[in-house]
Amino acid sequence: MSQTSNAPIIRMNSVHKWFDEYHALRNIDLNVREGEKLVICGPSGSGKSTLIRCINALENHDEGDITVNGNTLTRDLKSINDIRRDIGMVFQSFNLFPHLTVLENCTLAPVQVKKTPLGKAAETARHYLERVKIPEQADKFPGQLSGGQQQRVAIARALCMEPKIMLFDEPTSALDTEMVKEVLDIMVSLAGEGMTMLCVTHEMGFARKVADRVIFMDEGQIIEINDPTSFFDNPQHERTRAFLSQIMH
Amino acid sequence: MREIFFSDLASAMTTLILAVVILTAVPQILSWAIFDSVWTGDPAACVDAGACWSFLGEKHPFILFGIYPPDERWRPLVVILLLIALALWTLPTAHWTRRTLYLWIAGVFTALLLMRGGVFGLQHVPTADWGGLPVTLLLTVLSLAISFPFAIVLALGRQSKLRIFSWASIGFIEIVRGLPLLSLLFITSIMLPLMLPEGITIDNLLRALAALTIYAAAFLAEVIRGGLQGVNTGQAEAARALGMRWVQTTRLIVLPQAIRKVIPPLTNTVVVVVKNTSLVLVIGLFDLLSAGRAALSDPDWPAPYAETYLFIAVIYFAICFGISRYSLWLEKKFEQGVQ
Repeated sequence: MSQTSNAPIIRMNSVHKWFDEYHALRNIDLNVREGEKLVICGPSGSGKSTLIRCINALENHDEGDITVNGNTLTRDLKSINDIRRDIGMVFQSFNLFPHLTVLENCTLAPVQVKKTPLGKAAETARHYLERVKIPEQADKFPGQLSGGQQQRVAIARALCMEPKIMLFDEPTSALDTEMVKEVLDIMVSLAGEGMTMLCVTHEMGFARKVADRVIFMDEGQIIEINDPTSFFDNPQHERTRAFLSQIMH
Repeated sequence: MREIFFSDLASAMTTLILAVVILTAVPQILSWAIFDSVWTGDPAACVDAGACWSFLGEKHPFILFGIYPPDERWRPLVVILLLIALALWTLPTAHWTRRTLYLWIAGVFTALLLMRGGVFGLQHVPTADWGGLPVTLLLTVLSLAISFPFAIVLALGRQSKLRIFSWASIGFIEIVRGLPLLSLLFITSIMLPLMLPEGITIDNLLRALAALTIYAAAFLAEVIRGGLQGVNTGQAEAARALGMRWVQTTRLIVLPQAIRKVIPPLTNTVVVVVKNTSLVLVIGLFDLLSAGRAALSDPDWPAPYAETYLFIAVIYFAICFGISRYSLWLEKKFEQGVQ
């Protein structure tokens, strides 16, 4: 595994979240160290997306504390913006801005949020587009790209903000099988560089390869956390075993 | 051919009847418009003749400029040309910049100053004497320009989670939409002065502009709201996750996509706004249509209604057709940028 320091960069203490009557997160306690790679899996509706969406306040948690890089998340806009500055996010459905070119997708937030001069932002954008291996698509619109290419642009767009943490919410679920690998390859290389990563995914090969810990969630609770070898070869919990047997065939 | 026009008895009959109508109508229209028409000459020549085009030759300055002082007609002419030039300049999307916005503000300000006069040695012409096409164009441009930002606020307000905003927006939109424009014009032109303290008067043209703006805002707001609903929530989420604030997200991500999605209904509303300006004649303003009607009241001429209304219709059609062709072009241009 890659180098990890001991200071937790994300702390979640007794976090609860409700959607009206529905108890989506139940008493979540989780510490993530800087540079750590976490893979979160579980059946649909288990709260795994809600968990990572609470970390950058796309969902507001109702109880408990979330601290990211020393900033405690409150409903206060400033605390939310401070935290989002450190966190990049990649969505299942890419969510690229269709009316902007690939390059503009990558420069918009640095220019608007960090007030980076456009020239410098474009330079950074081209650097990250190079890293996700599509520098030649910079002037195209997202609609002209394949799903795999779009997701790679989405990764580059998030990296352009130079975040400390990357959240991936089922990044390969909307992709055709032949495009999954090109996106996973980028994620593996990102992991190799020490980025802190939380990935909601069912790509168990990826989990084995890069994860420091794998989390299994069900019904809003963390059922099991373990290193990938123990997690896959010797799952402790009955529900984990049932889930693994379903997705591994 | 045969399949289309003579496929069965009913369609054959329809074809024959239409053919007879067309064959008898076309020669009549041609003889009225061309062969029997009067192109030059005095009013007497128009009696018992076809189309009296010479009337338009004589009266077109009055129809275009109304009762604006005849010696000063170059001023409204410059205003018309200025507004057309600005509109043409704005057509390419590459020109949609802050500079173009300033050009418009400067242009409209210049146009109003030129019409009004009273400075730089220009004779002062009160708005009561303005008339014809410049009034139509200025009312259109100003009511659209003022109502559009207002409509965006209303559309966003209607979606707001804060009840006070959404109720205020819904109330405004529903009340205005439920009123005929005519009654709104009467309210602003007759009731508003009664409600104001004595000694304060608002220009008649401004009152008409207020009514047209309020009306356009309510309709544009509903069109824009439709667009807002069509933008995937993931778009705003992605922007927020990148640290963009609500104003940035709305201005740079949500609104541009929302408006692109509703270009066809937006065009529809704009065309309606253009034509609605003709209703100001009921409160005594001299727009293009009322100037035409006034021209017809000249007792020296045999009142050629058809020719005059045709002339006015052609101008309206040119404006509205231009707008709708342009919107088609825009729609095509933005296709690649819409998911």
